[in-house]
Amino acid sequence: MLLESIKMSYENIVRNKLRSFLTMLGIVIGVASIIALITIVQGATNSISDQVTELGANKITVNVMGTPLKQGLNQEDMLNISEEENIKGVSPTISGKTGIIYEGKLMENVTVQGKNDVYFNMDTSLLKTGRPINILDLNSKNQVVIIGSDIIKELYYGVDPIGKDLVINGTSYTVIGTLNPSSGFSMGSNNESVIIPYTTAMRSLGVKDISSLDVFLEDTALADDTVTDLKGVLNPAFNYKDNAYTIFNMGDMIESFESMMSMMSLLLAGIAAISLVVGGIGIMNMMLVSITERTMEIGLRKALGATPKRIQLQFVIESIFLSLVGGLIGLVLGGLIAYTAAALIGIGFSLSIATILLAVGFSGLVGIVFGYMPARKASQLNPIDALRSL
Amino acid sequence: MAEVLNMQNISKSYYMGEEELEVLSKVNLTVNSGEFLSLLGPSGSGKSTMMNIIGCLDMPTSGKYLLSGNDIEDLDETELAFIRNKEIGFVFQSFQLLPRLSALQNVELPLIYAGVSSAERKERSLNMLDRVGLVDKTKNLPTQLSGGQQQRVAIARALVTEPTILLADEPTGALDQKTGAQVMELFEELNHDGRTIIMITHDIGIARHAKRVVNILDGHLSEQEVQ
Repeated sequence: MLLESIKMSYENIVRNKLRSFLTMLGIVIGVASIIALITIVQGATNSISDQVTELGANKITVNVMGTPLKQGLNQEDMLNISEEENIKGVSPTISGKTGIIYEGKLMENVTVQGKNDVYFNMDTSLLKTGRPINILDLNSKNQVVIIGSDIIKELYYGVDPIGKDLVINGTSYTVIGTLNPSSGFSMGSNNESVIIPYTTAMRSLGVKDISSLDVFLEDTALADDTVTDLKGVLNPAFNYKDNAYTIFNMGDMIESFESMMSMMSLLLAGIAAISLVVGGIGIMNMMLVSITERTMEIGLRKALGATPKRIQLQFVIESIFLSLVGGLIGLVLGGLIAYTAAALIGIGFSLSIATILLAVGFSGLVGIVFGYMPARKASQLNPIDALRSL
Repeated sequence: MAEVLNMQNISKSYYMGEEELEVLSKVNLTVNSGEFLSLLGPSGSGKSTMMNIIGCLDMPTSGKYLLSGNDIEDLDETELAFIRNKEIGFVFQSFQLLPRLSALQNVELPLIYAGVSSAERKERSLNMLDRVGLVDKTKNLPTQLSGGQQQRVAIARALVTEPTILLADEPTGALDQKTGAQVMELFEELNHDGRTIIMITHDIGIARHAKRVVNILDGHLSEQEVQ
């Protein structure tokens, strides 16, 4: 019975090709825009969160404001932190600004950063040439330096800087490595920095405390637990004073960014869904016209023994058929639009099963909702009036 | 002989605004299996209303109507649809074939609603088209058939479910005299084979083909003796 109804619906739709196509167009546009918008936003979200992840999703940063009694962290605090679970390594940052000199050429206001071996181990792409800072440098407070790409351009143009000397804040250092240029986008740009062992930095810059610490995680999924553990170490260290430090979890930021983006894609899809509703009204309109045209046919079918339910089923199926076919065309069209857009903007393209189901489900639902009323009207036609209408 | 149709005190009224218009007035009619009956009356006599009530397309205002023993009053829309499918074969003045379906598909229609499988449907429809002499026109659309042929397709469609009553409304009204006579010949043959036929007409010449003629005038029935 269902099969017969589907066959009849198909024949009726094919009979009025142009009209069926125009009716479907509303659904096609609605579904295509939903698919395209969701897919493009999803692709953009993935691309951006990938970039942010590269910045360090596996990293928690502790910034210390300190208390009057204890202005920063010392080596012992660092050691305590690094002994907590789920921690791969701890890297302090000590930074200051000073002038640097090579062969009489002066660069002012250069950022000097004190780092340790962990910093280089965690991201091997940092170093371009030479060697990283090692434990020996840290223990002996060696006067060695690794320089950023802008420093090379400025002071060592046309020279291999490795092994050359550099005067920082009046003391002479040996260049042991150079850094890869980092993208201007990232907030941790090292292009205009020089990096020295943090122990050396504490001595030469006269810094007693560490004010910033990067904690690298084994498992980012456990970041929240690790944050709790860190508080367990830091709170007693600062004597439970408020606002002594802040903990910045990169994973949190990515999470909130992603939830923001999914809100946005939901919003866009909602707007696109309005066009689906308009498409649905188009279908309803066509169904009503079709029923008026086929009044005699409906009357005859009833006289021949079609039950009201049967008539209703046939028209609902016709409506679902129209909107589903429209939905499938829209799916392909929307996919193509998203694919082209992704290629042009340079973001990833991934059409998820959920998106496809959403589109197909939505268009089917439109068919049922907007087909129901006309189909019901058809099923309630009085066969006598219907037959007389000829 | 078995009684297939029994009408007792059937009345039907319509309201034209405030005014009540009685189209059928306490009509009594009994039809036995195998009868060929004509309801003869001029237009406005109430014969179309009789046809609608006999065909279960309309309900009487009062009175009792038994069709094959079923009390029509007790039935809902869905049950009425089943009764129409099983008990009644309609033949209309203007044939009422679906223009986009072939002769065979038109004949198959009532069997679809009877839930008959597609293979059996085809076989039974072909047999019936053979019976009305159109076995070589099964693939033709109605527009490719003459009026007489179209009415034969309609008769095949009416008979394919093996209904209790063949109910014909002016079956020759849209046909010329010669074709009309052929259709009446077919009716006589079918009745000879045992088919119960009720035919509604205004044409006394056509009505005479039936074994029994009942006059209808202003909503009242009167039996007429046939010579």
